[in-house]
Amino acid sequence: MSTCSVSKGCFVFKPSTKKRRLSEKTDHYFRSTSNDSEDTVLRFITCQSLWSQIKSETEQIQEDMNKQLLDNLVSFLSRSHSDFQEKTTEWTSRMKFREIPTAALVLGVNVTDHDLTFRGLSDVLQNNITPYVALLEAKDCPGIKNLMQKLMGQLMNCDIDVDSLEDEDCVQVSQNKIRCSMPSLISWYESVTKKTDSETPSEKRNSSSRHWQSPPVVVVFKDMESFTTKVLQDFIVISSQHIHELPLVLIFGIATSPMIIHRLLPHSVSSLLCIELFQSLSCKEHLSTIIDKLLLTSHFPFKLGEKVLQVLINIFLYHDFSVQNFIKGFQLCIVEHFYSQPLSVLCCHLVDIKKRVYSLSHDQCENIRRLPSFRRYVEKQESGKQIELLTNDSFLKEETEKLLEDLHVYHENYVSILRCLHVFTSSLPKYPLGKQIRELHCACLENQVWETNEYESSLQLARMLNKTDLVTMLQQCVEILVSSSGKEFDKTVKHLKEFLTQFQNLEASEASQEQDVSVSSQKELQKKTDLYHLQKTLLELKESRRSKKLTKFEMLRFEVVDYIDRLVRKYLVPAGDRTLHEIVYFNAATVLRGHLNAAPRTALHTALNNPHWYLKAFSTVVTAAEEPNGDAASSDQVDDIIHARFIRAVSELELLGFIKPSKQKTDHVARLTWGGC
Amino acid sequence: MPNLDHPAYPADDLFHLESLVPCRESQVSMLLSIFGERQQFSFPSIFIYGHTSSGKTYVMQTLLTTLQLPHVFVNCVEYFTSRLLLEEILIQLQNRSPGTEQTSPVHCDTLNDFVRLFKQAVASQKLQDETLYIVLDRAEQLREMEANILPAFLRLQELTDRNVTVVLLSEIVWELFRPNIGCFEPFTMYFPDYSIGHLQKILSQNHPPEYSADFYAAYINILLGVFYMVCRDLKELQHLAALNFAKYCEPVVRGEANERDTRKLWKNIEPHLKKAMQTVYLREISSSQWERLQHDGGEPGQLKGLSAHTHVELPYYSKFLLIAAYIASYNPVRTDKRFFLKHHGKIRKTNFMKKHEKTSNHLLGPKPFPLDRLLAILYSIVDNRVVPTANIFSQITSLVTLQLLSMVGQNDQLDGPRYKCTVSLDFIRAIARTVNFDIIKYLYDFL
Repeated sequence: MSTCSVSKGCFVFKPSTKKRRLSEKTDHYFRSTSNDSEDTVLRFITCQSLWSQIKSETEQIQEDMNKQLLDNLVSFLSRSHSDFQEKTTEWTSRMKFREIPTAALVLGVNVTDHDLTFRGLSDVLQNNITPYVALLEAKDCPGIKNLMQKLMGQLMNCDIDVDSLEDEDCVQVSQNKIRCSMPSLISWYESVTKKTDSETPSEKRNSSSRHWQSPPVVVVFKDMESFTTKVLQDFIVISSQHIHELPLVLIFGIATSPMIIHRLLPHSVSSLLCIELFQSLSCKEHLSTIIDKLLLTSHFPFKLGEKVLQVLINIFLYHDFSVQNFIKGFQLCIVEHFYSQPLSVLCCHLVDIKKRVYSLSHDQCENIRRLPSFRRYVEKQESGKQIELLTNDSFLKEETEKLLEDLHVYHENYVSILRCLHVFTSSLPKYPLGKQIRELHCACLENQVWETNEYESSLQLARMLNKTDLVTMLQQCVEILVSSSGKEFDKTVKHLKEFLTQFQNLEASEASQEQDVSVSSQKELQKKTDLYHLQKTLLELKESRRSKKLTKFEMLRFEVVDYIDRLVRKYLVPAGDRTLHEIVYFNAATVLRGHLNAAPRTALHTALNNPHWYLKAFSTVVTAAEEPNGDAASSDQVDDIIHARFIRAVSELELLGFIKPSKQKTDHVARLTWGGC
Repeated sequence: MPNLDHPAYPADDLFHLESLVPCRESQVSMLLSIFGERQQFSFPSIFIYGHTSSGKTYVMQTLLTTLQLPHVFVNCVEYFTSRLLLEEILIQLQNRSPGTEQTSPVHCDTLNDFVRLFKQAVASQKLQDETLYIVLDRAEQLREMEANILPAFLRLQELTDRNVTVVLLSEIVWELFRPNIGCFEPFTMYFPDYSIGHLQKILSQNHPPEYSADFYAAYINILLGVFYMVCRDLKELQHLAALNFAKYCEPVVRGEANERDTRKLWKNIEPHLKKAMQTVYLREISSSQWERLQHDGGEPGQLKGLSAHTHVELPYYSKFLLIAAYIASYNPVRTDKRFFLKHHGKIRKTNFMKKHEKTSNHLLGPKPFPLDRLLAILYSIVDNRVVPTANIFSQITSLVTLQLLSMVGQNDQLDGPRYKCTVSLDFIRAIARTVNFDIIKYLYDFL
């Protein structure tokens, strides 16, 4: 796998088919770097199973989120050619121009995610509507000829797949001879539909019963923006002439805005289309759902630390908007955590913890003792227990199990209370703690949230909420807490419900009291005629208004906010303060940043400034294709032949002008190239 | 009315033909006189041009089929290479008579082969004593094929030595076809646009069976009153007429008005048609959506058209990249110092710029700029420090695939890549507003 190209650019090498061997290798990598006492195999297995769970969960989420869109599309497709078979002779349908049904599918700028959507789309179409789906990409279709070739290739193959595999070869040969024109496509379509008609379905029953007699042919343009105008125009003009014989449906995958259709197609061409717009869910909403289902849940033992989460979210918001990349980043975190943290073996579901804790080796126990959070914990204990913890392995294990269970409970409570707090903060003006729950989550993970100014100001704003809002929020909180898995919340729920009933009772009493106070004060005003006394009473009145005159509602509101504040202080302790958090939380943001935020220019600069690194990189690239034979590769000595090749390549590149010597006091590249002379 | 008259063809057929091609009688009679009798040699090539839907294709097709003249009809857009085109002509020729249907594939790569095979086909189809017509629709495509195709078709009669006439149909004038080495000049013929009277007459011809011709003619009159200003395309008008007729009939169906109540009917339909002009005609909403709306009696306002969705959501740095690209595209390089350096001093616009730079850059369009300039501007307009990671570079590439930037002169490998910004001022202002960046302050044109 190498390329002889001298040009710039990325080269993609598809992985070979030896998937199974690859995964074994990963296992081997996991093992080779650390010694056996650290449960590497178990860690690897845990990591794999956790990832597969998360993967299936994300796929499920993806499917659910696209369901609405796909349903709409399917119903559009199924009614698009409903009149194709009936051959109506009605006046309007005779007079009307037959337009090509077209779905403009606006998917957003996160182009990397589109592939998954299109794959789902074509699966759904093939299951429900039609077996004839062709996906076209702009890079395959520089001209109308290539487009037709690609289209016919995909359509005719998809039919063959249904039949036995043996036929494929001979058809493949003849396909080259088929003329790439619409008539041959039409005759193919006729023959195919006739075949399914006549063939009494014994083997094909399930496939033909799902589709109709003459299923539409769906052509998907995956990246509408990149197609050239001419290709699209020609294709649309051609196919509109044959729409009576071939029930064609177009789907335009649009990343920017549907205006691109008008920009690419002149009116004479776009008037041949019957365009309907479909919009997929925005990627930000998608991310929120993913975070909600993957991070703010107690299903998965693995958690992300604040810095790491911030890195991932920043990449998403600042750079690519790609949910797939976010999930990839998440996967990297999982692998990195299980790889680098020996104690990650304990990062498992609650049921397994006991068994795993008791089978820990002495080395692992030492690892626990070395954890900073555990040392902090030990320091707080009384001296007798301290000694026990630091010397007695079995006592340590008991304690660890308890602490891990505590951590688990903490997390369950944390999520519920976080959601409650979010109910409050997300309705405050200007959102001092963020609109999205992910922002709140980050703030709570970072440090003690109740000490921040934002928290202070949001409490102040919460103290000014009106009654209806407050009541609905409390109701929402009750719902959240009732549905949560935490067991401690019975009392809290009872308390909140009490508040709610108090609010209801207020209504009646409040009105009468309000009137009382105002009437009495007014009477007092009328009584005094003396100027001095009047002034005094007025001042008193003002004073009392400011301080004393709290209505019952206001008192209650204070109580509610204080209660929420107490809950926050109790449950939203940042994870970094919890003992043994290192086992479950992945916090190595710098490692992650190093992996995800590659800086090619900086790397190039340093590499070129230090010829030795340059040489090493060169030898790595050159020998990458070969099997790494252990010791030889790792040694610092570079093979002489490679060295010579390197020097020669550098001087050639310099001659061509790709690199130039840096003209610094020690001119590394020049000296390297021409040796000592 | 000039009755079609030609001694060679039966009067019945001619009469039928005349009824099928309203408002094109003079062109048809002209063509007939050029064609002559069946066995007579005609002009080797005829070039017919006229605007979209001025009846070129329709007239030719009706003429040839009604009089049962042997012909081949090919659309040049559909057969996009010369090989496909030539083979298609031969295939159609072979399949003319149903009895002698051959399925053997035709292979014809060059015109030389074509002439040979054409002679064979003509012999096998027994067409020696009749004129064969080859009609090439959308003939402007021929210019993009090999250079010899067009001249050869123009003198096909001479090359094959058979009785054949090639008819070229196109929307553009002959002068744009003429190759610079010269060629045989075809007989050119112009199909003028249909006038409003013609359109009225043609459209009223196909009235629905349930209603009288007069009723439908009145409807067409109203329709043309609204649409004639923007659209003279017969096909499009017919489509629009069919789409909106149900709405026109509504008062009659409900019994609120009778068929003669033109004023009431007009009041009912006119605003509806105006709305149709703003939506369906521009393909803002599709005709099927329009019909559904009509059916449900909803307001078209509920459905947002395509151009209502102009908003494009971009990642944070992509927005700044696009803004930087816009600035780089529309500002002269010399002004960068003034905009992005802290102590740039005062530079008067008048004596600072050279003369040619005084014209508005927005009128001249975007100029290409190198990658480094883009990044330099990006670093100075983003508040916090931007690390030039691979993410930033891949964002530039994805902006190119989204057609918001375009790459200029990508063959040059030694220099850095150069780009142009292709978005409009309105678009970039909308983007800049979302990140609180006042782009107008940074554009030289608006100083």
